[in-house]
Amino acid sequence: MTGLRYVYAVCHPFDAPLQAQLKGVAGDPPRLLSHHGLIAVVSHVPERDFSEEPLRRRLEDLDWLTETARAHQSVIDALTVVTTPLPLRMATVFRDDSGVRVMMEAREDDFRRTLERLAGRVEWGVKVYAEAEQQAPAAAPKPASGRDYLRQRRSQVRTDEDMWQRAEEFATRLHASLSSYAEDSRLHAPQNPALSRASGRNLLNAAYLVPRDSSEEFVELVDRTKDETRAGGSGMRVELTGPWAAYSFAGEQS
Amino acid sequence: MTMAGRMPEPYGQGSGANLADILERVLDKGIVIAGDIRINLLDIELLTIKLRLIVASVDKAKEMGIDWWETDPALSSRARRDELARENAELRERLARLDPDHELEAREESEEES
Repeated sequence: MTGLRYVYAVCHPFDAPLQAQLKGVAGDPPRLLSHHGLIAVVSHVPERDFSEEPLRRRLEDLDWLTETARAHQSVIDALTVVTTPLPLRMATVFRDDSGVRVMMEAREDDFRRTLERLAGRVEWGVKVYAEAEQQAPAAAPKPASGRDYLRQRRSQVRTDEDMWQRAEEFATRLHASLSSYAEDSRLHAPQNPALSRASGRNLLNAAYLVPRDSSEEFVELVDRTKDETRAGGSGMRVELTGPWAAYSFAGEQS
Repeated sequence: MTMAGRMPEPYGQGSGANLADILERVLDKGIVIAGDIRINLLDIELLTIKLRLIVASVDKAKEMGIDWWETDPALSSRARRDELARENAELRERLARLDPDHELEAREESEEES
């Protein structure tokens, strides 16, 4: 198959085999393109989807985008098991192998520096959600008068405000303690509930750069706070995802 | 594979990973390199905005503090915007003609109502 070259990541050469059944975007298994001692992980993709005009349209098709993003991520994920990949942004496409080589040569120094900075490290995602508790109808007697109604309403509002404040404080404290454990951290914009299908308001959405060797302790640290939030019907929830390739730390120097 | 042995079990990854988690990283993070096929940065940014608009109602997005598309002409119908601007100018002109002394006041009021 000819077609274009879709580049997932750049990494150092590695010995361990990639997962055998691994399929990349457009169903083509990822191949390793070696140049100047670095590896570009590449798939062949058809022009009908990945040349300029179709790609522009395809990117706005949520189903196609979802499928392609998941395929991209599954290749990065497989790489993360065997090495430290530098993930490229989705839909980085070249005409042919020599285009990929030219890019690798131009960016060689950057790649090496970043690979060194991220070697042996992974990214963990931590999110905090909070949800105002639905007041059970039985708990609140039917207001007998307008004044009663206002009093009840005021106390409900106050309870909610307390909850949000506690949740904000909790999120800030959690971020501070995780940041001090991690080598680096990034705060991301709160997630859209329609995309994440998570309930509650996303108060903290952060990424932490952690050495593989201390990941277990990091996870335990997060798990302990999970117990804390579960304990008292706090309306808060802590969610951990990972290990991810160091997506959030690959782009910029910190 | 030796490294994998030391790692804790993955959390919330694989096919069950939340779409927002994946898109956030795959689209918004990672190293940006201009390939031969030019998808410039703005397109990807616009795309994520559009996605947010598709999947969230405008009210929900506002609730989350995402409201910058309102001031971005590329994201609202240019024609409609021009139409509104023209209508606004006409109304102001008419108000000014009706009550030249209170032009400023009238302008403020008309803005509050819109």
